[in-house]
Amino acid sequence: MKIETVIAANRFGLGAKPGELARIDKDPRAWLLDQLDGPSRLPSEIRDLPNSASALVDVQKVREMRRDQRQTADDEPAPDIVQQYGATIRRHYIEQTDARFRVAAKTDFPFHERLVHFWANHFAVSADKQPIPAVAGLYENEAIRPNLNGSFADLLLAVESHPAMIIFLDNQRSIGPNSTLAKRASRRRADQEVGINENLAREILELHTIGVDGGYSQQDVTSLARVITGWSVGGGNQGRFNEGTPGKFEFREVIHEPGKQTILGRTYKQEGMKQGIAVLLDLATHPSTAEFIATKLARHFISDDPPAEVVSEIAGVFLETGGALPAVHAALVNSKAAWNETFAKYKTPQDYVISAFRAFDRVPDNGRFVVGALDLMGQTPFRPGSPAGWPDTAEAWGGADALYKRIEWANSAGRLAGAKANPVAVAESVLGPALGEHTKTAISRAESAEQGMTLFLVSPEFQRR
Amino acid sequence: MITRRELLRNAGLGAFAASVPAISFAEADTDARLVLVILRGAVDGLAVAAPYGDSKYRNVRGELAIDTPGSTEGLLNLDGFFGLHPAMKNTHDLYRNDQALVVHAVASPYRERSHFDAQDVLENGSELAGGIRNGWLNRALEPLGGSLGQESAIAMAQNTPLVLRGGNSVTSWAPSRLPDANEATLHRIEQLYAHDEFFAVRLRQAFDSQDIAGNMGGMDGQRRNNELEQWKILADAAAKFLTAADGPQIAVLEAGGWDTHANQGAAGGYLSNRLTALDEALISLRRGLGNTWSKTVVAVVTEFGRTVKVNGTRGTDHGTATAALLLGGAVSGGQVVADWPGLGSNDLYEGRDLYPTSDLRGIFKSILIEHLQLEEGFVTREVFPDSAFIRPLNGLIRS
Repeated sequence: MKIETVIAANRFGLGAKPGELARIDKDPRAWLLDQLDGPSRLPSEIRDLPNSASALVDVQKVREMRRDQRQTADDEPAPDIVQQYGATIRRHYIEQTDARFRVAAKTDFPFHERLVHFWANHFAVSADKQPIPAVAGLYENEAIRPNLNGSFADLLLAVESHPAMIIFLDNQRSIGPNSTLAKRASRRRADQEVGINENLAREILELHTIGVDGGYSQQDVTSLARVITGWSVGGGNQGRFNEGTPGKFEFREVIHEPGKQTILGRTYKQEGMKQGIAVLLDLATHPSTAEFIATKLARHFISDDPPAEVVSEIAGVFLETGGALPAVHAALVNSKAAWNETFAKYKTPQDYVISAFRAFDRVPDNGRFVVGALDLMGQTPFRPGSPAGWPDTAEAWGGADALYKRIEWANSAGRLAGAKANPVAVAESVLGPALGEHTKTAISRAESAEQGMTLFLVSPEFQRR
Repeated sequence: MITRRELLRNAGLGAFAASVPAISFAEADTDARLVLVILRGAVDGLAVAAPYGDSKYRNVRGELAIDTPGSTEGLLNLDGFFGLHPAMKNTHDLYRNDQALVVHAVASPYRERSHFDAQDVLENGSELAGGIRNGWLNRALEPLGGSLGQESAIAMAQNTPLVLRGGNSVTSWAPSRLPDANEATLHRIEQLYAHDEFFAVRLRQAFDSQDIAGNMGGMDGQRRNNELEQWKILADAAAKFLTAADGPQIAVLEAGGWDTHANQGAAGGYLSNRLTALDEALISLRRGLGNTWSKTVVAVVTEFGRTVKVNGTRGTDHGTATAALLLGGAVSGGQVVADWPGLGSNDLYEGRDLYPTSDLRGIFKSILIEHLQLEEGFVTREVFPDSAFIRPLNGLIRS
């Protein structure tokens, strides 16, 4: 068996399932390239989820019940309403987490799934802000998943116009100071608070496209914030924001800042939503964006400090193809550095847990179990805590406590393999030629099959890729 | 911006200055201990330390006002003007022994009302959310000389909070819900890692932490949901780490759930229960630190305060200035430090919040400079850049 086979399944995939290595050994590179467009049909777990608009409406309904109670009754809102709000959000969250990890544990397109995870993390929303836990998984399935076979520009537009991103970064109520609504408001009440919110605009530049060193100024941030005023979410129960389909993207002309804006030295005279689209399309093909994306891809898949050559190779393809994602992803696979025999990457807790399930050919049967395990290891699903997403280096994940939590989890997860499984056979079928003699001996000398499984899960070979 | 004087100074030092940081690290006090407690969710400073001496207090606070000291369930008198929340009896004892103080009407430089951005500003040490991508306390570790395996700071959490994230190595510990692996399995894992330095070093660190903290908070197979009990577990563990030979000198603890939009309660109720738990965790930390308490500063801070007026749901909404607590034997306790802005409607920030009259960075700077003995220039340049105009708040640390 070739070492490239293990690299394909573990470094680029989600960890081998038993039999996967043998199946792809003939041409592991072709196996990866064949996955770039993803499966032709969405997994049923994902098809069965509600859409984000209905989830948002669901949450909003309970929220309004809570508000109505507060306003009408002298008494505090009934505890069951407060509980119902939490329960509604949590039900959506668990359902989406469950679907995500089931798919990851069983997919035969693990490289595509990794790319979905990578891009969802690049364009991160975080469940520590309400009501994001109810829609974070749906956002991934609606904005990210269907757009990986197109261009980066398509992906960018889908993300920045998704309600989850708009709500997460506060753009829904960002009001142009010279918009129709602001003028009306200032005639009525001079002290009424209206204004722009720069949050989304800043992160578009800093985190989504050209990057923090991409060469933009505060003025560019402010101008972009004006450009995207009006990119909002439909519905809501407040008088001035109740237009549009509840929970869906809504462009609100009435709060959009009119007039031309200059960003990165280019002037945009378009009106309405077209202005924002024009800016995003330019940002999507900017050389700094190509460099930024190439660096992040290489860091995610190849090494914490990726060689400059591989970054410039990928960035070159990005620019030549206008950001065609399949070509960019193929450039990663086709780079020499991708097949380096040093296993330089340390698995994140999420990929660690997924790869353990795959190694045992098991599918998590309860979203709560996954949330519990990842919470313990510090990577609670859909909750990176920041629009920058989860970090991507061993420095961030390789802490002592984090390793000890893995050991504790592996100690109890060994039983997932089942009593009849042979730990050496499992280790060989998952790690192939990457399984070192020292580790193999340690596993084979374990005092029980369960302890052998634990040693396999905590081995350096299984934790690196 | 570089001033002319800096230009001249750099020119004078010549090439040597360019290659060697012009900072003396030799004098940092590695015996001093610091515990930073971050209360996430915005604590109502007017409930923690109530200005009962302000003639407007009772009126603006309405049903959230707490009775004057001496009454049943009344405030615990601090200085004749402020009173501590009745739930914080232990903290009040420390105050009376000059081992606790309150800084009031304090805020970070952040002036909007998002928890998310406000915590970012509180932790990154700049004036903007995302202004710096690592934490001020991590940047402050440089002169303390920690290294891998000999970290000078510990996060009492699985995930290192932003304030401690950055280039300097920090360690971490959190209670576990899982049973420990047995000795035999751990021994085999140690042998498994014998030839791999990355894993071997971390396993040794983890064993060190386990030796100090043990499986504290381990559930012995039982599930424990009580968040408030967890605070005491974290405080006890922090005390163990800070008193261990070769242990860290700085610990960061986090406690959430302070976002009291509804049914906040006054002398009793939701907020009171949390303050009781905080008070108990703090006194437990004090007991655990033993003699080390005399060299310790505990700073209890939150991202912003809450509205002065009660809202329609018997709670308070996001505000601006709030109170911060400093405790410890190294604190110049028994005082409330405040340039009191008043509670009249014209005194409030944007007509609704307690007006900020001092900056949290002033407190942090005085701790770093006067307590940890870090060089002031270093603190101004590296730890809190662009804050030269914020002076360390004097008189907080016992000299």
